[in-house]
Amino acid sequence: MAKDTVKHTILVALILCLVCSVVVSGAAVGLRDMQKANKEEDKKGNILKAAGLYQEGVSIDEQFKTVTAKVVDLSTGRFTDAVDVASFDQRKASKDPALSDKLSADQDIAKIGRKEKYATVYMVEGDNGIEKMILPIKGYALWSTLYGFVALEGDFNTVAGLGFYEHKETPGLGGEVDNPSWKALWVGKQIYNGDQTAISVIKGAVDNSKPEALYQVDGLSGATLTSKGVHNLMQFWMGDSGFAPFLANLKAGEA
Amino acid sequence: MSSKTKDTLFDPVFKNNPIALQILGICSALAVTSSLSVSLVMCAALTAVCAFANLFVSLVRNHIPGSIRIIVQMTIIASLVIVVDQILQAFSYQISKTLSVFVGLIITNCIVMGRAEAFAMKNPPLPSFIDGIGNGLGYSFILIVLAVIRELFGSGKLLGYEIFVTVNNGGWYVPNGMMLLPPIAFFLIGLIIWAIRQKHKDQVEEPEFKMAKNSAPAEVA
Repeated sequence: MAKDTVKHTILVALILCLVCSVVVSGAAVGLRDMQKANKEEDKKGNILKAAGLYQEGVSIDEQFKTVTAKVVDLSTGRFTDAVDVASFDQRKASKDPALSDKLSADQDIAKIGRKEKYATVYMVEGDNGIEKMILPIKGYALWSTLYGFVALEGDFNTVAGLGFYEHKETPGLGGEVDNPSWKALWVGKQIYNGDQTAISVIKGAVDNSKPEALYQVDGLSGATLTSKGVHNLMQFWMGDSGFAPFLANLKAGEA
Repeated sequence: MSSKTKDTLFDPVFKNNPIALQILGICSALAVTSSLSVSLVMCAALTAVCAFANLFVSLVRNHIPGSIRIIVQMTIIASLVIVVDQILQAFSYQISKTLSVFVGLIITNCIVMGRAEAFAMKNPPLPSFIDGIGNGLGYSFILIVLAVIRELFGSGKLLGYEIFVTVNNGGWYVPNGMMLLPPIAFFLIGLIIWAIRQKHKDQVEEPEFKMAKNSAPAEVA
């Protein structure tokens, strides 16, 4: 048979690549809208879950009505109208040289490479002003960048919830950042001890009899590097290069 | 159904199980079986990929040059896996998040590759397709047994419904954390292999070497 000639081999390889690439790109393009809608809904769901507002069985769009989004200028720590809330894509902005700054190695503890100039924050307002402040966080752990939200109570210091909506950590080990009982450990912890960004993820279990337990969360067993990644990203985003100036302004009522 | 088709379909479940006899595809059997719902999706995804990979490889088997046949098989398998992954992301986003990298790892699952090379390259499309489904079922059988045991004893639940009320929720059952860790799947697979070989004695392998007669310790009279 002539199927082992060089010509035939190249022909088969070419046709195969063409057919396969058409199938793969067809699936990717055809399903993109649904995937995007899913991701959007998932993100909104995560914002709600981080804030502890999520209710089972109620449509996410309906629940999301109590939440308002605003853009914060990270360098001044104040709300800004420089970019439009509805169209601003923080993920894209972090890669855009015009909308982000390169971080030097010693600044970049969360290993994100570039930091966007603006961030979209979400808040739930009640009769007494802001009740919950939901801030986007991200950082590199073992295999991937974790994207998530941390919700703070109206004192801008107590954690109301934490959740990640995208990561590629090992399921069962680092993937346990999604474990509800681990996420529940964050609720009620304090971010700042005086001026210091004290919140940390420690190795092993937290000793609740010690005063610093208020700022500490148990590390995930079998996932040291993921736990470290979470620790670093909290330190970064709650620190001076992250939301600390903004939160200080909020406390002073000047944001 | 002719008896040959039936054999192609059901032989891989007990008689020629891909995990228990061929010892293929162990890695994902360890990784995804800590919860039943995830395992079921993984089974469906693998069965679909294995069946269609066999079908397409078999369709073009007479045109595949020997020198690049593994690459051709891999390309077909990889394309199918990407399509499955895209479909999962569009229709079942939560589960695709839980499975994360393991859907992508179907590409390297030895069962898919092994069946394409061993069966689909030599047989017509229909039997190949059925062989793919059969091996998918064999894989699913082991995965489901593992997942039921691990989820039930590891977290007291099945498909998320509480069967044994755990101590944390005020019940009596102390969950066995070991069940949720990957190594337990090794022990369970070992036990399943033993059970299957008790029934199908022909699967028991010959010992690789026998101790010479005189080297055995002498019996004490």
